[in-house]
Amino acid sequence: MNEFYLIYKNMTRKPLRLFLTCFAIFIAFLIFGAVTSLKTALNSSVELSADNRLVVFNRINFTKSLPIAYYQKVAAVEGVKDVTHLNWFGGYYQEPARQVVSMAVEPESYLRVYKEVVVPEDQKRAWFNNRQGVLVGEKLAQIYGWKIGDRIPISSNIFTHKDGGYTWEFVVSGIFKGDTEQYDTRQMLFHYKYFMETQTFGGDWIGWMALTTEDSSLNEKVAKTIDDTFANSQNETDTSTEKAFNKAFIEQIGNIGLIIFSVVFTAFFTILVVVGNTMALAIRERTGEIAVLKTLGFSSSRIFRMVLSESMLVALVGGLSGLAAAWLLVEGVKTFLARFLPNLILDGNIALQALVFMLLLGLITGLLPAFNALRLNIVTAFNRQQ
Amino acid sequence: MSEDVLFQLKNVSKNFVKGKEKISIFDDLNMTIDRGDFVAIMGPSGSGKTTLLNMLGGVDQPSGGEVWFDGTRIDSLSEGALTRWRAENIGFIFQFYNLMPMLNAQRNVELPLMLTKLSKAQRRKNVETALALVGLSDRAKHMSSEMSGGQQQRVAIARAIVSDPKLILCDEPTGDLDRATADEILEMLQLLNRDHGKTIVMVTHDPAAAKYAKRTLHLDKGQFVQREIVA
Repeated sequence: MNEFYLIYKNMTRKPLRLFLTCFAIFIAFLIFGAVTSLKTALNSSVELSADNRLVVFNRINFTKSLPIAYYQKVAAVEGVKDVTHLNWFGGYYQEPARQVVSMAVEPESYLRVYKEVVVPEDQKRAWFNNRQGVLVGEKLAQIYGWKIGDRIPISSNIFTHKDGGYTWEFVVSGIFKGDTEQYDTRQMLFHYKYFMETQTFGGDWIGWMALTTEDSSLNEKVAKTIDDTFANSQNETDTSTEKAFNKAFIEQIGNIGLIIFSVVFTAFFTILVVVGNTMALAIRERTGEIAVLKTLGFSSSRIFRMVLSESMLVALVGGLSGLAAAWLLVEGVKTFLARFLPNLILDGNIALQALVFMLLLGLITGLLPAFNALRLNIVTAFNRQQ
Repeated sequence: MSEDVLFQLKNVSKNFVKGKEKISIFDDLNMTIDRGDFVAIMGPSGSGKTTLLNMLGGVDQPSGGEVWFDGTRIDSLSEGALTRWRAENIGFIFQFYNLMPMLNAQRNVELPLMLTKLSKAQRRKNVETALALVGLSDRAKHMSSEMSGGQQQRVAIARAIVSDPKLILCDEPTGDLDRATADEILEMLQLLNRDHGKTIVMVTHDPAAAKYAKRTLHLDKGQFVQREIVA
C-alpha cells in the first residue's frame, strides 16, 4: 500500500458523491472546451492576421468599390511595403447552396502581401501565366475533389458574364496550403484581369485593398495618410489594421469574448463553490480518521499533501473527462459547421489552458480542507468524536 | 534513570485555561513505567486518565515538568519530531477501534508500516504475523463493516503491534465490547505483555479489566491515590 492507494480509497469511499462532484466538474470543462474552441474559431481570422497588414475599404461600407486609380496612389504612400487589391466574387459551385469563398486578385502582389499562402513554385508560375487559372485552397480542393488541370465552372450570385450567363470557367493551376494549420484554405483566387475582361458591370473598380507596411509601428501613420489622401473625394476610404477590421466584423454578432467569459466564469464559480463545499464536508467527516493517522505518526504535512492531492485528483478526473467530451463534441460538429467555422478545433493550447484551470480548481477547493487537516489538533478531534 | 525504566514523568502538571478560569488537571505528578510492565490506570470521569495517556503518547504536552522516554526527554520535542517518535515507539489502541472504513483488515494493519522503510515483502510478512497473532489471518481481506466489534479491536491490536513499538497505549480498549469479548481482548493484551514482553499502559474504568494488568494506578483529582499490584 502506498500513499496514492490511500488517496484513491479516500476519494472513492462514497461513489455517488464522487460521481456527482466529478460530474459537476465534467460539465464545467465540457462547457469550457467547447466554448473556448468556438471562440478560438471565431477569432482565428483576427489572430492569424499579420501585425503590419492594413485593409483599405470604401468609407460608406465594405461592399462599396473603390476606383482602381487608388491602387497606384496607395502604393506610393511612404511606409507602404506592398499593396494588392481584391474583389469579392460571390461564387458558388454548381448550386447556390455550395458557396465558395472566391476573390479576383492581382496574383503577384497578392502573394507578396499574404505570405501565409504557401504555393509550390511551379504551380505559382503556372497560375501567373494562365489568365484563366485559379489557385485553390487545399481544403476546398478536398471538398470538391479538384485536381490541378481540372476545368471548374464557378457561378457568381453578383456578377454576370459577358456571354449572358453567371458562370465562369477556370482552370486549376495550383493548390495552396496555409503556413499554419489554422489558416483557412477553403477559398480560391483568380486573376483580376480575367474577371474584368469577362464581367458586364463596368471595369476599373476594385473591392478593397490590402497592404503591408514597412513596420507595424508605421500602421497608424500610413492609415491616416491614405485616408487623408482621399478625403473629400467621391470615394473616401477607411483604413484600419486587418486585425481590427476582422475583430469589428466578428463583434457585429455580439461581444463574443464577453459572452464566453461570462458563461465560463459563471460555470466555474458555481462549480468551485459546489466542489469546495463537498471537499470541506468530506474532510470534516473524516476528522476522527485524520486524528488517528496523526496519532499513528503521519505528519501534518503528509496529511496536508494527501488531502490536497485528493482534491486535485477529483478535479483532474472530472476535468479531463469533460475536456475529452468537449473534444468529441467539437470533432463531431466540426464537419457540419465547416462552412461557417472552418477552424473549429480543440487544440493543444485550449487543452493546456483547461489543464491549468483543473489544477487551480483542485488547488483552490482543496486548500482550505487541507489546511484544516494540517492544523487539526488530535486531542480536540478525539474529544469531538466522543 | 535505571535501564529498566522506559517512561518517567517528573513533576508533571497540566492546566487548561477556560475563559478567565485556570483549570488544573495534574499538579506535580510523578510516575515511572518499567520495560515489560502492564499498567492499568483507573479513576472516575474527569480524573485526567485520558489526558495522562495522551501525554504518554506524545499527542498532548504537559504545562510543566518533564516527560522522559527511554532516556530521551520528549516534552521539549517539536511537533514533527514528536510525530516521528510516536511512529517509532508507540502503538495505540482506542475504545472505538478507529479503523479506516475504506480499508480492509490487512491494509489497516499495514498503515503504520507506511511510515517505515521496510520493503513490500517485509511489510506483508509483518502484517501476516500481526494478524496471525490476533487470530485473524482468515479475515485479512474483510472490511471493518464486515467484522464484529471484538474482531475490529483485534485488528486494531494488530495495527498497534505491527511495527514492534516499545510501548502500547490502550484507551478503554474494552469499553465498547461485551464481557466475553472484552475478556478475549484483555487476554490478548496479557499475552502480548507476558509472552512478547510488550510494555502496556491501559486506561480503563472497568475493575475487571484492570485485573489483567500487573499493577493498577488510581488517579483522582490529578493525583495517584493508591498503588496496587495485581499480579
